[in-house]
Amino acid sequence: MALSRLSSRSNIISRPLSAAFRRSISTDTTPITIETSLPFTAHLCDPPSRSVESSTQELLSFFRTMALMRRMEIAADSLYKAKLIRGFCHLYDGQEAVAIGMEAAITKKDAIITAYRDHCIFLGRGGSLYEVFAELMGRQDGCSRGKGGSMHFYKKDSSFYGGHGIVGAQVPLGCGIAFAQKYSKEEAVTFAMYGDGAANQGQLFEALNISALWDLPSILVCENNHYGMGTAEWRAAKSPSYYKRGDYVPGLKVDGMDAFAVKQACKFAKEHALKNGPIILEMDTYRYHGHSMSDPGSTYRTRDEISGVRQERDPIERIKKLVLSHDLATEKELKDMEKEIRKEVDDAIAKAKDCPMPEPSELFTNVYVKGFGTESFGADRKEVKAALP
Amino acid sequence: MAARIHGGAGAGAATALSTFNPKKLVAPSRTNLPARSSKRCIVAAAGSDASKSLRVGHSQKLIANAAVATKAETSATTGTGHELLLFEALQEGLEEEMDRDPHVCVMGEDVGHYGGSYKVTKGLADKFGDLRVLDTPICENAFTGMGIGAAMTGLRPVIEGMNMGFLLLAFNQISNNCGMLHYTSGGQFTIPVVIRGPGGVGRQLGAEHSQRLESYFQSIPGIQMVACSTPYNAKGLMKAAIRSENPVILFEHVLLYNLKEKIPDEEYICNLEEAEMVRPGEHITILTYSRMRYHVMQAAKTLVNKGYDPEVIDIRSLKPFDLYTIGNSVKKTHRDVPTPYAGTLEEWTVVQPAQIVTAVEQLCQ
Repeated sequence: MALSRLSSRSNIISRPLSAAFRRSISTDTTPITIETSLPFTAHLCDPPSRSVESSTQELLSFFRTMALMRRMEIAADSLYKAKLIRGFCHLYDGQEAVAIGMEAAITKKDAIITAYRDHCIFLGRGGSLYEVFAELMGRQDGCSRGKGGSMHFYKKDSSFYGGHGIVGAQVPLGCGIAFAQKYSKEEAVTFAMYGDGAANQGQLFEALNISALWDLPSILVCENNHYGMGTAEWRAAKSPSYYKRGDYVPGLKVDGMDAFAVKQACKFAKEHALKNGPIILEMDTYRYHGHSMSDPGSTYRTRDEISGVRQERDPIERIKKLVLSHDLATEKELKDMEKEIRKEVDDAIAKAKDCPMPEPSELFTNVYVKGFGTESFGADRKEVKAALP
Repeated sequence: MAARIHGGAGAGAATALSTFNPKKLVAPSRTNLPARSSKRCIVAAAGSDASKSLRVGHSQKLIANAAVATKAETSATTGTGHELLLFEALQEGLEEEMDRDPHVCVMGEDVGHYGGSYKVTKGLADKFGDLRVLDTPICENAFTGMGIGAAMTGLRPVIEGMNMGFLLLAFNQISNNCGMLHYTSGGQFTIPVVIRGPGGVGRQLGAEHSQRLESYFQSIPGIQMVACSTPYNAKGLMKAAIRSENPVILFEHVLLYNLKEKIPDEEYICNLEEAEMVRPGEHITILTYSRMRYHVMQAAKTLVNKGYDPEVIDIRSLKPFDLYTIGNSVKKTHRDVPTPYAGTLEEWTVVQPAQIVTAVEQLCQ
């Protein structure tokens, strides 16, 4: 990443020297302290400090990755409208700060599991744009070989456990992963993410009970974007203070549009979970798109609200302001970066479009781990005939 | 292996199991059951108090394995075996696997300190500790989900449902996550979980505790289902299920927990996808599994007396079916009587041996 920034900087050698002097910070990791926008609200614990340690490199990488995520989601929107992506497609734009802040606080040994709004989290975990688009379009080079689709992204080597269609069900899975981490004595935690809609599922409380009983290193993260599909949170939950719902489990409410607040909270949560068991984080965030591509997103909320949030709380704008105020790059450079990103995304899409669809025999692979040598037929015994591998 | 025949009304005859796969270890099976007030079943119980704790009704539901023809003993296991009850066989299998692989753990309600509601996990908590034998609160959905999540990372949990009917609460986890994850992740994750529990008609346990759920789980892709019926195959299937990389649902039966049989001392595994030939024959194939096996064997006795030669296959593997064995058998006999299992408690809705005899006679007309 540093190299690409260097190369993009090379075209400014012709600029006046005073500007060139500023560029020398592009590769160094000068520490910067950033204040979060809002204080944390805590339940049964002491909130962490508002000052977040960061570095110039981190700040720029936040901007770059969030812009990439935003661009990817918008591109997915157009692909869906072009009918190259079908079925369900749930977009994450507006919520990028949660994914990026979380990644900054943890390692690849810590596990993340989430529901179906998983494209950006997959990217944050180290997935490539090509894999994302190939999977969205159902091609065989997708991360799940084209057999999962938008809602089933997984990346085992970076401990990303998906990607689940039934909301709420991933939280017990996440607590199970935390259990396995404790069992194998890895010093790692699991972030089980869910939304404000799924927060009303009973299995969350069951899993929380077991996690608290057995002291599991599980962190429940509620991405509260205030709407469960079309239902506003005040219509679905008697108590919308999701961070307090753990009752005996501590909780923290975080401004989810501020990547540094998210980073600080996740760091705090990881330390807490390794010592004291589960904790709930509520990320106060917002999604610009509707629930999914079939939802315009404006029947249950006003356009003014959406544009208001975009103007005042947009996570990328916030990082941009920080970058500019700390003099890490100019407007033009950031715009160039965005152009580069756009190109990167377009290239990935073009490459993914060229990727072939999975073979028909793939229909029967991975149903069982070892095949049984039986034959499988299509419904009319004519269409597809394959020997299970 | 000495045959222990308990006399009386021609009932207790030696039953030898000759299996289809000659490579597999074979042990002649004796099923001696605790004493009942029964005309047909004569067995002298080897002092098992456990049987008394099982609420025994009046009738002769638990019947000695009354096979009709004595097969020559296939000598696969020479040497001493040891006799035990089915739940002990399950426990032995579980314990051996837990010794062998530190990734195996057990979770369920009352499996730890209480020893298991049917004593299958008795003693394991003392031996392996609380981290490997986990008492869960009553939340099937959550702890099944947790077992599946743990399996995704490489642990091998054995999830016990206190009763198969309770696992309906976890159906979403079993169906959507357990069965599908290997497929939807393109092969990245395997779920080597074993979900086991007793089901089926007990003794007046009530409608909700007497369900047979095989047909519900049958439609879930990606899982294997097996049903055990004797201590020998219970231990073998338990071990094979734990070692399998696929999610396996092991169906046990409440009323079979006290079956006694001699099993080999040495380690053995039963093939998960294979059916067991209980009694070879020529005229008609009767497919059965779990408790119905015993009803069928009793009916077989009547049938032989009437001149038929039934072939009885215990299908054991419910999903996927062992079509090879079954197919060969049906090709031989060209007639097939599956014995499905009714799910309610009334005596006359459970298929009785007499009904099996009638069905066979009708088919052979």
